[in-house]
Amino acid sequence: MLTRATVDRADDATRVIVVWCPAWPVMAAGMTAGLTSDVPVAVVAANRVVACSAPAWTDGVRGGMRQREAQERCPELVLLPTDPGRDARLFEPVVAAVEELAPGADVIHPGLVAVPAQGPISYFGDAQTVAERLIDRVAARARVECQVGAADGLFAAMLAAHRGLVVPPGGSPEFLAPLSIAELDQPMEKWDGRARSERADLVDLLHRLGMRTLGAFAAIPARDVASRFGTDAVIAHRLARGLSAGQLARRRPPPDLAVAEVLDPPADRIDNAAFAAKGVAELLHSRLSAHGLACVRLAIQAETEQGELLSRVWRCAEPLALAGIVDRVRWQLDGWLRAGGGVGRSGGGLRMLRLVPEEVIDGPALQLGLWAGADGSPAEAERAGRALLRVQGLLGPEGLFTAVLGGGRGPGEQVRWVPWGDKPVPEVDPEAPWPGRLPAPSPATVPRKPLPAVVVDETGAEVGVTGRRRLTASPHRISVDGGPARPVRAWAGPWLTVERWWTDGDRHRLARLQVLARGRHGDEASDEASDEAFLLLREGGQWLVEGIYD
Amino acid sequence: MSVASVTSLIPRGAPPGAVRSASELSTPSQAVGQRVLPVHAELANLLPHRGLRRGSTVVVRGSTTVLLALLALATSRGSWAAVVGMPDLGLLAASELGVAVHRLALVPDPGAQLGSVVAALLDGVDLVVVAGAGLARAGPSGAGLARRLSARARHRGAVLIPFGQFPFGQWPGADLELSCTRTRWSGLGVGFGTDPGAEAGAESAVGHGHLAECELALSVRGRGVAARPTYGGLSLSGGGGLGPVPPTPEENSDLDLGVKAG
Repeated sequence: MLTRATVDRADDATRVIVVWCPAWPVMAAGMTAGLTSDVPVAVVAANRVVACSAPAWTDGVRGGMRQREAQERCPELVLLPTDPGRDARLFEPVVAAVEELAPGADVIHPGLVAVPAQGPISYFGDAQTVAERLIDRVAARARVECQVGAADGLFAAMLAAHRGLVVPPGGSPEFLAPLSIAELDQPMEKWDGRARSERADLVDLLHRLGMRTLGAFAAIPARDVASRFGTDAVIAHRLARGLSAGQLARRRPPPDLAVAEVLDPPADRIDNAAFAAKGVAELLHSRLSAHGLACVRLAIQAETEQGELLSRVWRCAEPLALAGIVDRVRWQLDGWLRAGGGVGRSGGGLRMLRLVPEEVIDGPALQLGLWAGADGSPAEAERAGRALLRVQGLLGPEGLFTAVLGGGRGPGEQVRWVPWGDKPVPEVDPEAPWPGRLPAPSPATVPRKPLPAVVVDETGAEVGVTGRRRLTASPHRISVDGGPARPVRAWAGPWLTVERWWTDGDRHRLARLQVLARGRHGDEASDEASDEAFLLLREGGQWLVEGIYD
Repeated sequence: MSVASVTSLIPRGAPPGAVRSASELSTPSQAVGQRVLPVHAELANLLPHRGLRRGSTVVVRGSTTVLLALLALATSRGSWAAVVGMPDLGLLAASELGVAVHRLALVPDPGAQLGSVVAALLDGVDLVVVAGAGLARAGPSGAGLARRLSARARHRGAVLIPFGQFPFGQWPGADLELSCTRTRWSGLGVGFGTDPGAEAGAESAVGHGHLAECELALSVRGRGVAARPTYGGLSLSGGGGLGPVPPTPEENSDLDLGVKAG
């Protein structure tokens, strides 16, 4: 049983140093794409600009702008897709550089890392020196520019880092007071793909009520805020006053909630590490939810084959759902494994993985795990997700699939089978025009391996397709997969497509034909009036059954 | 009171329209927790509970289209479904019939693990389809396995849908059996298409139209309320949905292109 009285860390008085890399997604994307810093770059998600580089900013590109509008303002803009995994992976060297000077780094999100200020300040003398040394070290080790801020409380320190300031002890409320109310809407979790619309709405409301600065909002008594606005406003109000958001009663959980797993054989590639990560994350999540808790600060620890211990703490603004834990563990492992050849200084694989929930909050009101889209019931999806994971456990990752519809012409081409748990992304654009695609209805059976068919005319000669897109004769009888020849009731086509005509070796000339045969395949006694319809494909001088309309 | 609970309170003798309007009014997640999973109106008229009763075993024979149509409404209202042992399933057709493909899990080849896979799925998924072909490996013990799976579905409140022919004949413990006895397609050119534009004596042909509408004759028989077989039809038309759909102007565009280009 947990002791509920475990004390919150005295966050309010904690002095924090924050290291901030401006526009990190752009920086990371640019590094991956090998672009220099003078190229205007924007990272986009769902056709909106998430972040942009300084040259792009100069040309008028802003976050939240439509992709098309951004391109209009800056025609040479390089657009790169958003990728939280890449951001996290490339941020790892920055965190490592920070940790060399100041131990106990908390990654808030890729691009922002916080360290407790007390240790480094007492070692180096004052905060200004620490800031300078951090900037130098990060530039030298990770070749990345960063800004450093120090203040009491994480929120104030974050804003101080945006301005490159060191706020004197006790000066956070004064520092925050003149700042715009819009600062409350920090992109803590935005990169997670989750919109923090609640906070944005609050900022909008306060702005319309005439509160333009954090000071004006902070001046309202906390009691009045709590009675008029929601829980989020209470947290925001604490932030505006320079306090921590910590009234959620964060506390240190007892150590027995930590989960560890020995990896045998050691994980040296991200795919097998990710598989292990999933299992451990699930175990942690189920253990926490059994206690009615959710994690807001997660330590990920690993041991390499050489016995080196790696550890990293992830702090989250919102309690982590299962998918959130899995993501962070995967990103972190990805960061360690790809940091430079092997893991840590000594190289080699990971031998042990351990997850420690450092801070937890009561979680009964949390909505856990969203397997489905917005239209499904989360509880139902969670239940199905558990069952499906068990099936995947029985059959391996390649045994369970989900389908994604995409572009293409044939009924099989338009469907992609994605292993369960992978991101369901269509292979080809479903929105693009596909001339030659047959209208609905589509065949209900699409043989994985097309069956051979023989189509003959009245004289018994095989029906072919001419170069002039006609059949050589009217089909009279059809036999599928060596079965009996059945009379053709009607047919349509041929529809011709030339695929990959732009390549020499790979070009395909295909013809499709719909044929309605009398009677049923392999069922002699069936009703004579019954039909069986086939979608035939002519390829390489042979008819194949591509689909059966059954 | 939710719409879902209203459905279950309607007395057995109530006119069919009453139940139907309730199920059609329900919003997505309300399919969850209902005792009867909704199906398309045309199928509902044939089924004794106007839907798929949780815990029951419903055998489908003769038509994949019927199978997919049966899954459509429940999955689009928030239920999850799984299909075991059907690697050839036409998922494009499924999506055209209204199946929420993102809530459809596919186990194409369960192999020897079929029993445990289906049992695991019945724990968490509302609708589980098992292809009869996959049971062939179970051999003569298949009937026992079938009985166990039906019992599990009953216990877990899921709907087990065995599909096709089984090596052991009838599925033991089936509550309902839907067989498609006849399929009629229309939409293809009547008679054999000789291209009206072709020169006389040209040895080439073009067929007209494309498969557009399908009528399926169904027979439903089962135990208890469904002991007396009912017969009915299901019609499927070009738009992909069930029931009549007005033709779209683009429908013949493929054909036009083909003739002109030739």
